[in-house]
Amino acid sequence: MTELSKTGAAVGEPTHSGKAPEAFLEVRDLKVHFPTDDGLVKSVDGLSFSLEKGKTLAIVGESGSGKSVTSQAIMGLHRLGTRGKNVQMSGEIWLDGKELVSAAPDEVRKLRGREMAMIFQDPLSAMHPYYKVGDQIVEAYRVHHDVSKKVARARAVEMLDRVGIPEPAKRVDGYPHEFSGGMRQRAMIAMALVNNPELLIADEPTTALDVTVQAQILDLIRDLQKEFGSAVIMITHDLGVVAEIADDVLVMYGGRCVERGPAGEVFEQPQHPYTWGLLGSMPRIDRETSERLIPVKGSPPSLINVPSGCAFHPRCPYADIPKGNVTRTVRPELEQVSTGHWSACHLSAEDRQRIWTEEIAPKL
Amino acid sequence: MISYILRRTFAAVILLLVVSAVTFAIFFLLPRLAGQTADQLAQQYIGKSPSKADIVAVKHNLGLDQPVYVQYWHFIKGIVAGADYNLGPTTVHCDVPCFGYSFKDHVAVWPQLTQRIPITLSLAAGAAVLWLVSGVVIGVISALKPRSVFDRTFMGIALAGVSLPMFFTGNLAILLFVFNWPIFGRDYVPFTENPEQWANTLFPAWCSLALLYSAIYARLTRSGMLETMNEDFIRTARAKGLRERNVVVRHGLRAALTPIITVFGMDLGLLLGGAVITESVFSLGGVGQYAVQGITDNDLPKILGVTLLAAFFVVIANLVVDVLYAAADPRVRLS
Repeated sequence: MTELSKTGAAVGEPTHSGKAPEAFLEVRDLKVHFPTDDGLVKSVDGLSFSLEKGKTLAIVGESGSGKSVTSQAIMGLHRLGTRGKNVQMSGEIWLDGKELVSAAPDEVRKLRGREMAMIFQDPLSAMHPYYKVGDQIVEAYRVHHDVSKKVARARAVEMLDRVGIPEPAKRVDGYPHEFSGGMRQRAMIAMALVNNPELLIADEPTTALDVTVQAQILDLIRDLQKEFGSAVIMITHDLGVVAEIADDVLVMYGGRCVERGPAGEVFEQPQHPYTWGLLGSMPRIDRETSERLIPVKGSPPSLINVPSGCAFHPRCPYADIPKGNVTRTVRPELEQVSTGHWSACHLSAEDRQRIWTEEIAPKL
Repeated sequence: MISYILRRTFAAVILLLVVSAVTFAIFFLLPRLAGQTADQLAQQYIGKSPSKADIVAVKHNLGLDQPVYVQYWHFIKGIVAGADYNLGPTTVHCDVPCFGYSFKDHVAVWPQLTQRIPITLSLAAGAAVLWLVSGVVIGVISALKPRSVFDRTFMGIALAGVSLPMFFTGNLAILLFVFNWPIFGRDYVPFTENPEQWANTLFPAWCSLALLYSAIYARLTRSGMLETMNEDFIRTARAKGLRERNVVVRHGLRAALTPIITVFGMDLGLLLGGAVITESVFSLGGVGQYAVQGITDNDLPKILGVTLLAAFFVVIANLVVDVLYAAADPRVRLS
């Protein structure tokens, strides 16, 4: 992950610098707001990160933390459909030197599927039930390649073979419901990769799958990433997946980034109480079964009335440690803890270090 | 697939037998249970002040002096083997399939029906094309821009379309476009004779009938599309970089249309059994008008014939819809 000159400090200012960044993908101060009858839903509220080719970034967070909206914002998907008409979006998304937020919808459409592709959570509902798997892959290929159906079909068979589907020449004519869950997700991956996209976004690709199949799918994504050299964004709430596959981790809470950094460091030296909570609630095979998981108390924040100050303060056991009422009144900005490792928390570095080593780490 | 169709056809025959038995019972058994005697039943088929001997003769000729199950047996036998009707001085042979013999008009029912089916078919088919196309198009556009001016306008018209009865819209159409501004013809001409005039005469009837149905289809399509366009596979189609038009038509409409085809088949089948009110309003001599005749004249064989024909069309439409559904949705297995 490259260093960001602009961090949370830029939040709120309309910043279209117009300068293409050096990173392959760079998101700057992204905001995605949906007006509803109940109020403005701030699904993503000032998010910045960057990603290089060949690297994997995991975006972690609870349901409603804004991780899926982020991925759909990059793809430009949330602007389509009846809901997309009144979405409010600001910030910059730079993909390979092109800015996507201000780009014409048809320009973004041409990039979708070719330069950036997406894998979805539930492959059964994500594939059209009435069309053959092969035809759906052929369609994905022919949108961006002016080739005959025959050529595209050969390409579909090749891709099905590549993702490890047995008898691809036969299965290409199968319907999604005739595939098993794992095979469907493989076919979905084949469909996403058919145009050799440089950015692959996987939105909880293993959540709907059998545990035994999950590891296979992750291995497959990793192998294909090596082969094609693409950048991967892995959206997940499963820290096991993160540990398995990610180079960098970005933890989201209430539409904002609360911590990000290299995966190893975030796991070894997590800096944010919310990250501690996530780690504490993760089941581990090397732990005694009698030990209870420690859930993060409370429920995810409302995205309409985001708590004042630090959005996590109502659920944070350490909210009263910083002096004054600072956790309830001032929103913490991302600060660099060590090289490339950022965290947004009012706790002092000493307090964090003490709580982590004395209270949290021993229980994990 | 073939064995499925065969089994369904067999079931359909059984079903039609049951329908015929029930209908027959309603018309021939119920009056007796209600206290009418065979004499009274026979009396209505003779002129005023009949003699005793006349009644006995007619009662015997029509078979009314026999038990109801024997009469039913003769009716079924007539369909397969034909029947002879003794009309006193002469005996009339009613050819296979004999669906009874009208005692009032003194003609067999079946040839009357076959003569009228093309008219009902013309009316139903033309209206069906109109309502399906307009209903689906309006429904799709409404669903893509819900709560827009277009949506509100056409859903308002749709509400009016469902609410306004045929004897209002039909008569209004005739008044305006046949009498006031004679754009359309008055007399039905078979398609085989003059297709242009055929369409010209039927057009007001098509539109009036289509208004009624397209309203329902627009609403069906709208709600189906609204639901489908929120499906995950629509998001996938967009993620592929497809143009929105293709997303809507190839992915959205394709999925939303399947249940509409089902309803369409049923509606069409029902309509082929006679569009009673429409045919009366537009003076089209179709099956529906024949039914009205039968009811006003208390001519039981006519009513029985039309009822069976309608049941036949509904059963066939059901079968066709089931087979079509399996063809449209690969997840459906016929077994």
